[in-house]
Amino acid sequence: MSVQLWTYIIVGLTFALYIFIAIKSKAGSTKEFYVAGGGVSPLANGMATAADWMSAASFISMAGIIAFSGYDGSVYLMGWTGGYVLLALLLAPYLRKFGKFTVPDFIGDRYYSQSARLVAVVCALIVSFTYVAGQMRGVGIVFSRFLEVDINTGVYIGMAIVLFYAVLGGMKGITYTQVAQYCVLIFAFMVPAFFISFQMTGNPIPQFGMGSSINDGSGQYLLEKLNNLSTDLGFSAYTSGEKSVADVLAITLALMVGTAGLPHVIVRFFTVKRMRDARKSVGLALLFISLLYATAPAIAVFAKTNLIETVSNKSYSEMPGWFKNWENTGLIKFNDKNNDGLIQYQANRAKNELEIDNDIMVLANPEIAELPAWVIALVAAGGLAAALSTAAGLLLVISTSVSNDLIKKIINPSISEKSELWTARISASFAVLIAGYFGINPPDFVAAVVALAFGLAAASLFPAIVLGIFFKRINKQGAISGMLAGITLMLFYMMKYKLGWLGKMPDKSEWWFGISPEGFGSIAMCVNFIVSIIVSYLTSKPHKEIYEMVERIRVPESIK
Amino acid sequence: MNSKKTKIAKLYWKKNLQYLFILLSIWAITSFGASILWKEWLDQFYFYGFPVGFWFAQQGSIYIFVILIFIYVRLMNKLDDTIDEEFNKSINTK
Repeated sequence: MSVQLWTYIIVGLTFALYIFIAIKSKAGSTKEFYVAGGGVSPLANGMATAADWMSAASFISMAGIIAFSGYDGSVYLMGWTGGYVLLALLLAPYLRKFGKFTVPDFIGDRYYSQSARLVAVVCALIVSFTYVAGQMRGVGIVFSRFLEVDINTGVYIGMAIVLFYAVLGGMKGITYTQVAQYCVLIFAFMVPAFFISFQMTGNPIPQFGMGSSINDGSGQYLLEKLNNLSTDLGFSAYTSGEKSVADVLAITLALMVGTAGLPHVIVRFFTVKRMRDARKSVGLALLFISLLYATAPAIAVFAKTNLIETVSNKSYSEMPGWFKNWENTGLIKFNDKNNDGLIQYQANRAKNELEIDNDIMVLANPEIAELPAWVIALVAAGGLAAALSTAAGLLLVISTSVSNDLIKKIINPSISEKSELWTARISASFAVLIAGYFGINPPDFVAAVVALAFGLAAASLFPAIVLGIFFKRINKQGAISGMLAGITLMLFYMMKYKLGWLGKMPDKSEWWFGISPEGFGSIAMCVNFIVSIIVSYLTSKPHKEIYEMVERIRVPESIK
Repeated sequence: MNSKKTKIAKLYWKKNLQYLFILLSIWAITSFGASILWKEWLDQFYFYGFPVGFWFAQQGSIYIFVILIFIYVRLMNKLDDTIDEEFNKSINTK
């Protein structure tokens, strides 16, 4: 059977499964729509969080990014997993105990202020829209690559499917589809990894294979070989980096804190029953996520070594079939600058003849390793599962922000349950349309900004939530000025140093403290903390009920 | 009765903060310490084919994060249970 036929069969089956689950778990109340009724088991919630969390970028691009940046890629591995420790220890159990639906709910109630709620809604919307804009494009790209349709058609198909199950099922629908999507995506990611690890090192477990010696009888360690190959071509050694220590620290911290502050991640822990379930489900979520995250760096090492050995200084005419296939898609570009018919891949830009897209490392891996056709089709289904699950989770959080936080809590508190549920459905549909628009007409800055959604979350929501739980003295003036200071500073730095909107694009040497825009969230977060604390002490204490509320969310259900 | 409750709640929170301090220190030491600040120094040692600092950055820290959360889950579940017991005892003896 051909790859194309296998792809249609496997992708078709998984889609049928998602739609079946969505119909089975239609939301009947706002509580079901926002938090799946609040009775999801920790195991199911862990899987759903993992699928929600791992986007098309994690599935397809991350291994490639690490392959091309070596040690520097560790910031993503640590940043996007370490945040879960903060979630489990500092946020999830208390927010669950608080027991409403959203992050702005908590901030509005804790800081007894509609303005605080509004600021939190705006921050949550900015963060979620920056994030979802990239996702919809991702959905389109994945569809177009695997199903050989136009990218825009891909976006339309993705919109229709997400619309169907997010609008119909709300949180309840997406939770159970995400459980299925997690299973599909992790299976699809691991199968080729086992095969390739076994081929290259004789050890099928990629995490061990990465540190083993190569299977060619030389007895040389794989990482040692890759270091030598890299330095021979003029790159820095794979296991050392090029970024400054300060910047690596800042980026890692910003990604960790940002992960813990992302509304679509936090909201998942409102869906379980008790505080202890919230803790456990964060643990399970990270366990499920770490399966992929600990495998990605291994895939990066295998693929990079394989690639260099296959192409470097080899004759172009003797390249295997996959090379030509991916050249047709534009993901591999070869330009024979010195006309010697050989492929020169090296660090020196003037002499380098080969451009390779990050995504190749996962997409082409099964072909490079000559795996059977069904494995290639499986990778397609996995990529689609990753893209759809993340987009759906984000769209849901946006619609909840609009219908619950804006309309029910600020504009029209007397709205009936039934109309609120309809408002939620309508705003979910609008969010899909807006996200789809960005997917079809991606503004240039989208790609550049997605990574900054973390910085924005770190700079705005995280400090307000943590202080709200751990620091009773923080009042509304403190929290509001902290959030505004944090997000404004982050937006300013992003526009000036990442997008170049304010005057000429400054050079790297002008970065504050040598910290890149990706890492600046850590600085903006510190500013938020400091401003919140100082302003709180300069203004009046929060009243007694707030102290009591904070005491209540700190202890388990059995006490209060 | 109510003061008993408050006392238990206070103790519970204090214990929780202790756990948080210890676990978050380990979290920071593995990620910011072993994987970044001391990475270069640790790289002179090898663990199979891995330079140790590099291993922490791309493998070890992830495993430690998972373990930390599960340790916290266990500690807190135990704490929850002892507090439930205390609480029930105080009701029964009244």
